Amino acid sequence: MSKVRFATVWLDGCSGCHMSFLDMDERLIELAELVDVVYSPLVDPKQFPDSVDVTLVEGAVSSDEDLEKIRHIREHTQYLIALGDCSVTGNVPSMRNPFKVDEVMNRAYIENATVQPQIPNVSVPTLLPRVRPVHTVVKVDVYVPGCPPSADTIYYVLTTLLRGEVPDLSSRTRFGV
Amino acid sequence: MMIEELHKIAAVERDEDNRFQHHIHVCMETACIASRSDHVKQALTEAAAGKPCRVKGVGCMGLCSAGPLVKVEPEGVLYQGVTPEDATEIVAKLGDSPVSRLECDTETPFFKRQTKIVLENSGLIDPERIENYIAADGYLALHTALNTMTPAEVIAQIAKSGLRGRGGAGFSTGLKWTTVAKSQGERKFVICNADEGDPGAFMDRSVLEGDPHAVLEGMAIAAYAVGASQGYVYVRAEYPLAVERLKLAIRQAKKLGLLGENICGTTFSFNVDIRLGAGAFVCGEETALIASIEGKRGQPRPRPPFPAEYGLWGYPTLINNVETYANVAPIIRKGADWFSAIGTEKSKGTKVFALTGQVVNTGLIEVPMGITLREIVFDIGGGIPEGRKFKAVQTGGPGGGCIPDEYLDMPVDYESLLKIGSFMGSGGMIVMDETSNMVEIAQYFMEFSKTESCGKCVPCRVGTAQMYELLDKVVKCEATMDDLLLLERLCDVVKNTSLCGLGQGAPNPVLSTLRYFRHEYLARIQEGNRETAFVSH
Amino acid sequence: MKQPSSHIKTLQIDGQDVGANQDETILEVARENGIYIPTLCEIEGLSPHGGCRLCLVEVKGVNKLLPACVTHVQEGMEVFTNSPRLQEYRRTILELIFSEGNHICAVCVVNGRCDLQALATKLGMTHVSVPYLYPRRSVDASHDRFALDRNRCILCTRCVRVCDEIEGAHTWDVSGRGVQAHVVTDLNTPWGDSDTCTSCGKCVNVCPTGALFEKGKAVAEMSKKRGFLPYLTQMREKRSK
Ligand SMILES: Cc1cc2nc3c(=O)[nH]c(=O)nc-3n(C[C@H](O)[C@H](O)[C@H](O)COP(=O)(O)O)c2cc1C
Ligand code: SF4
Ligand code: SF4
Ligand code: SF4
Ligand code: FES
Repeated sequence: MSKVRFATVWLDGCSGCHMSFLDMDERLIELAELVDVVYSPLVDPKQFPDSVDVTLVEGAVSSDEDLEKIRHIREHTQYLIALGDCSVTGNVPSMRNPFKVDEVMNRAYIENATVQPQIPNVSVPTLLPRVRPVHTVVKVDVYVPGCPPSADTIYYVLTTLLRGEVPDLSSRTRFGV
Repeated sequence: MMIEELHKIAAVERDEDNRFQHHIHVCMETACIASRSDHVKQALTEAAAGKPCRVKGVGCMGLCSAGPLVKVEPEGVLYQGVTPEDATEIVAKLGDSPVSRLECDTETPFFKRQTKIVLENSGLIDPERIENYIAADGYLALHTALNTMTPAEVIAQIAKSGLRGRGGAGFSTGLKWTTVAKSQGERKFVICNADEGDPGAFMDRSVLEGDPHAVLEGMAIAAYAVGASQGYVYVRAEYPLAVERLKLAIRQAKKLGLLGENICGTTFSFNVDIRLGAGAFVCGEETALIASIEGKRGQPRPRPPFPAEYGLWGYPTLINNVETYANVAPIIRKGADWFSAIGTEKSKGTKVFALTGQVVNTGLIEVPMGITLREIVFDIGGGIPEGRKFKAVQTGGPGGGCIPDEYLDMPVDYESLLKIGSFMGSGGMIVMDETSNMVEIAQYFMEFSKTESCGKCVPCRVGTAQMYELLDKVVKCEATMDDLLLLERLCDVVKNTSLCGLGQGAPNPVLSTLRYFRHEYLARIQEGNRETAFVSH
Repeated sequence: MKQPSSHIKTLQIDGQDVGANQDETILEVARENGIYIPTLCEIEGLSPHGGCRLCLVEVKGVNKLLPACVTHVQEGMEVFTNSPRLQEYRRTILELIFSEGNHICAVCVVNGRCDLQALATKLGMTHVSVPYLYPRRSVDASHDRFALDRNRCILCTRCVRVCDEIEGAHTWDVSGRGVQAHVVTDLNTPWGDSDTCTSCGKCVNVCPTGALFEKGKAVAEMSKKRGFLPYLTQMREKRSK
């Protein structure tokens, strides 16, 4: 049997979910027997491959770049897993949502800036009017809340899926862990 | 007040009337006053000075869209759109041929097809003179009840008549009175619900403005039947004229001993006070209304216990609608059998509707239960203006539904309306023609429910806001099929889990338009599908 | 003399035969018998509110769902507390609550000790399937010791009721309608300026979420102490007897 083609991606998140992923420690070796990591901030390839079996998404959809990325990924992934509160609920990135983008930018780069107050606009992606949880933009197959979900939870989710079963997370994690 | 005195007042009043050859009735209700009927009345009074003609202000004559309305009796000539400048001409032509330019045909179905019980005095008597009401057999029923019937006999009559609540749900009035009568309590209260908050509805306002004593008499009879000694009329502050007339009516009735202590020379005492509502739609819901009278935030509480057992300040309380009370005196006067001969098997008597929207004759109508929607819209209402096509009629206010043309021949009664996803409601009836978009109509009602939700329970508070946003997306052609599924799911949750009728009914305009006009939703969704962003929830 | 036997009702909850006092609610009887019914606005010791609708149950022969926290038992009642339909409704109601405010559990003072968060886990709410509304809501930090973050308020009115019914101050109430409804102190003046607030902290402790909290508590540091409530109600009941 060929190995499962596996990817991880990092949108608007703090990388905490990826850290938690790495916290699986020696169990990563066990997983490496079963999966091929074809795309991830943790490996080399720069292009999302054409067909991926499982993708873990950390982070919310905050910019036009995130939006484009996640749509592309969805098209080329069989199982999309929303990993962590940011991707499931919007979490901390979404705290800007009650406000307008302009207000937020002004606050961050003008009002609170001590040197060179200016709003960055070159080579940074444009922010969407609102930060969105992943499932409001593309279909999500499995939700793994937690900030971040523990290594044990991630391990449980992946191994269960690899066995071809649906993970039941109710007693293992929650929003804001 | 003895029966002889009552008869004497009536006789004096009639004699006074008979001194005049002609009587000019000027509608003095909110709608006609808005088109300056008060000035018309003033001008007519001046013009009639010294002539054998009496000018009096009366209640609604029905065809509000043609106001100011003026009627000349005994000829029965009705004038429409009268201005103060027309006054001299009208008076000059009395007894002669009528002023044809102003004449309004009263041989039309609008007038002929109505049956008046609740509005029997409306347009005929001066609501500001109790003597005028008494001359029209007013307070005879109260007298009869107090002096010749036991409370149980009164309730038996009401029960036998088959009268059902006109405030919305159509609960049996006799049964409700029985429950309150049986409830144990040191004190009991009678409340008249005159909050009337449905958009486009003005039935109760008309009754209060045109015939306030009919409501007071009904309340007094009810109080006698259930054993209450204090009543409240809860009326919205947006009805200043109704409040004025009620206040005056209460003062006059008290003066004649028809309210207050030892009414009609019996041991029965009953006082009525007015409580003003601040215009929250939810305060029409009985438990919210009671909370509001108690000085608390007007929000519903779970029932049971029902007000009949645990009402105002915890005492057994009878709460009925204005129109319900207005039916009581006629039933006692003319008998339960007379009343139950009108209407259908399960819905007896008449119903007052405020007919509005895309229909030629808009105004206040009273029709026998069981009449078809077609008769109301096309005969009484005169059909759709400018030859446009009928599309739907909305009944039941924000908790009701839109009824398409395939049900036009259905009888108007409580059960039939419910069966097709609408609701009798308090009597709002809005006609829509082919130019109306049903999604926008649904959104309009949802906006109403969303802003009027009291916020107490989660499904109504948040659900109506969510449904409104989803409808907005459909209207703007931004919705997907998933949004439609979500909308239907929320309708189900809000309908079945909300605390009171507001939330439980709020999805109905959406559900009924989805049921009968689904294609209009789909068209807007398809139109938006060119931008095919996948959006799932 | 009262006949005790007529005060005892027998009924069935989820197929289990149970006995109850006639003045008990379905919720009370269920709890006595170890049957779980989710609740949020209800808290023992305060009058019932009936607003969260999570405790709705099915009763055979009744076509409406009934709130267990206010519905009294009746002889022969057959109650169902956990049908798939009820589970589905409850999850949606929870989702509506989450969509209505701004709940960022990861940075919340009661993270890990929140009644709402716990219910979401318990009832299997994996995500919020209705759109988030992201309202702009205000924070009142004018009180010396406590603060109110309306972003996390779910309008359960526990604070209103405890302040009115137990403390007797009636500092809190609800203002506004629909999704605009919000809790206020006194006549909508800052909490810190309140003439009626006794700073007893009862509201803070009964609040199911992180909406009311003690100042100086960081993320996940605030735990609510509720022992006083049954104690006070019990003592008062004894005294009034
Ligand atoms: C949201 C809501 C608004 C209501 N508004 C009114 C109203 O304006 N007038 C009224 O008579 N009944 C209204 N009702 C119905 C009352 O709760 C109550 O059933 C009625 O007054 C009983 O009187 P009836 O038996 O004579 O109909 C309303 C109910 C709900 C749920
Ligand atoms: S259904 Fe709406 S109006 Fe009725 S109690 Fe609930 S929130 Fe208030
Ligand atoms: S109040 Fe509860 S649900 Fe809301 S953010 Fe805090 S922990 Fe989460
Ligand atoms: S502040 Fe807390 S206790 Fe008060 S209504 Fe809001 S959530 Fe409930
Ligand atoms: S616990 Fe019963 S409605 Fe909230």
